[in-house]
Amino acid sequence: MADLKIRNLQKGFDGHAIIQGIDLDIRNREFVVFVGPSGCGKSTLLRLIAGLEEVSSGSIELDGREITDESPARRDLAMVFQTYALYPHMTVRKNMSFALDLAGTDKQEVERKVSEAARILELEPLLERKPRQLSGGQRQRVAIGRAIVRNPKIFLFDEPLSNLDAALRVQMRLELARLHKELQATMIYVTHDQVEAMTLADKVVVLNGGRIEQVGSPLELYNHPANLFVAGFLGTPKMGFLRGRVSALHADGCEVALDAGCTLRLPAAGTLDVGSPVTLGIRPEHLHRAPPEQAQLMVGTDVSERLGSDTYCHVRTDSEENLTLRVRGDFTCGYGERIGLTLDLDHCHLFDADGLAVARAVRQAA
Amino acid sequence: MNTSVMKSATTLPALPAAAPRRQRSPGWLLVSPSVAVLLLWMTVPLGMTLYFSLIRYNLLYPGENAFVGLENFEFFITDAGFMPGAINTLILVGSVLAISVVFGVLISALLEAADFAGRGIVRVLLISPFFIMPTVSALVWKNLIFHPVSGILAALWKLFGAQPVDWLAQHPLLSIVIIVSWQWLPFAILILMTAMQSLDQEQKEAARLDGAGPLAIFWHLTLPHLARPIAVVVMIETIFLLSVFAEIYTTTSGGPGYASTNLAYLIYNQALLQFDVGMASAGGLIAVLIANVAAIMLVRMLGKNLTDKS
Repeated sequence: MADLKIRNLQKGFDGHAIIQGIDLDIRNREFVVFVGPSGCGKSTLLRLIAGLEEVSSGSIELDGREITDESPARRDLAMVFQTYALYPHMTVRKNMSFALDLAGTDKQEVERKVSEAARILELEPLLERKPRQLSGGQRQRVAIGRAIVRNPKIFLFDEPLSNLDAALRVQMRLELARLHKELQATMIYVTHDQVEAMTLADKVVVLNGGRIEQVGSPLELYNHPANLFVAGFLGTPKMGFLRGRVSALHADGCEVALDAGCTLRLPAAGTLDVGSPVTLGIRPEHLHRAPPEQAQLMVGTDVSERLGSDTYCHVRTDSEENLTLRVRGDFTCGYGERIGLTLDLDHCHLFDADGLAVARAVRQAA
Repeated sequence: MNTSVMKSATTLPALPAAAPRRQRSPGWLLVSPSVAVLLLWMTVPLGMTLYFSLIRYNLLYPGENAFVGLENFEFFITDAGFMPGAINTLILVGSVLAISVVFGVLISALLEAADFAGRGIVRVLLISPFFIMPTVSALVWKNLIFHPVSGILAALWKLFGAQPVDWLAQHPLLSIVIIVSWQWLPFAILILMTAMQSLDQEQKEAARLDGAGPLAIFWHLTLPHLARPIAVVVMIETIFLLSVFAEIYTTTSGGPGYASTNLAYLIYNQALLQFDVGMASAGGLIAVLIANVAAIMLVRMLGKNLTDKS
């Protein structure tokens, strides 16, 4: 069992509030990813959970046991660091058994646990090597092995893949996902890489400025961002934003007049007033090219990025707002042309003046 | 071997003789002045010392420079001062090394662990003895600290009603060890303190999560991390401690008897107090031999340490 309850957690350094009141529940066997821009407090939050930083106020509870002021070693947690933090003068075996040796665990028990972890991570041939004789990916696996042998209630990962090259990162990401299933472990994972967040997580926690912006499954966050920050943070390329005003209200939605020069009828069911400013968000895959006579919006093209499978066209509206549209890989469009666009109205996100999402009409809920 | 074979196999048949030669010659040309100067610098004094050690060369009997073979060496080794001098040299080097490494590690570890106001000043103070000239520090110790009448230690002894100790007369070698340690401990602290700061913080945090307390972290992480800087300290200090002279000259003059004479002082004694340059040269060569043996042993012991860790 591993149920973590965080209540009103706060942390400040020299008068600067880094973590500003966080409430979070992490359930047994969940893979939770903290994601956010640098300086958002995600690493600090992890270190608070690990006990490497002192909590300013609030509480952390693990399985009903208060661990807020407990020493790091007694929290039943294990952490994998960004730089792996292996002990350079110890062999792989000794690195993994270090915690158990310190705790005075029985020799045979230690041996059993280390070889079990080495088997899971395919480290058996490397047990007698020193960390400097290992590649980055192998070091990473040793660091994970060091966590596994302790059989912790929760695994903590602090940007574990950011020191690896791109190909290895993809491979380790898969291995981590597999490990999570195999060990049936509870894991908390910090990253700034939204691909890692989207692919690994059962639950994503988006942090910004020491606060939680939104918590939910990856697709929930992607399809129903609660505010402008989450909408802009998740997804590559970024969601495009268009400013506008509510021009009319209907029973099943509202009409929005965009500064870019078009009026759209959207199925929004929120509490909006005529004339109130709104922001419309639309993802690149929900913008489509259209002949000028059918287009809802005319834009000028900027540069295009060809990835092979897709092409991202960067375009600019007449109101100087940037949008990206995602088209097929063999599509090319020139620089500085004028093209027409249609918007997928079912997939438009509407945000009010405070940046909060306006609830969509019922038929969109599914 | 392999690479040269590969190279000749891949180069075109027309070029092979010219290409390597043209590459090598400017290099040799450019380094030759410094190599020549260094050779001169080293070989001339060494050759002269060798020559002097084989002739009779006493400043009191000028002109009588007959070849005497290895007689000078025989006299130097059988001299009453040789065995005490050799033993004192080893004791001096060994104990100063032990003191500066042990206390150097402890002091820099404490300094690293403690966080207090004015830490920067304390660091500067700890290192400053290293910048004081050996003669000056020896005089300070002799007249202000060890002196049986006006020294601080004498005042302290008297405060407790004890008979003041005449340090330089009663414990001459210990006094020298203390003075030299006072000078070289700062060097060890300087090296070890900077090394301590390069210890990865995440490693310490990982160890804390693994359940290691401050002592376990010191033993399992800090000490192994310091192995290389300690080796550096030992090597460099050995080189300088083998030739300690000023401290002995200004305080005990090697006495009483030979109680605080080391090899460097003994050689000085032969050459400039007994005017026997020939015997002093022989002593110098023996000292070079001893220093080389010590250096080779140290390199064997610690060299692995130096090259092993990346």
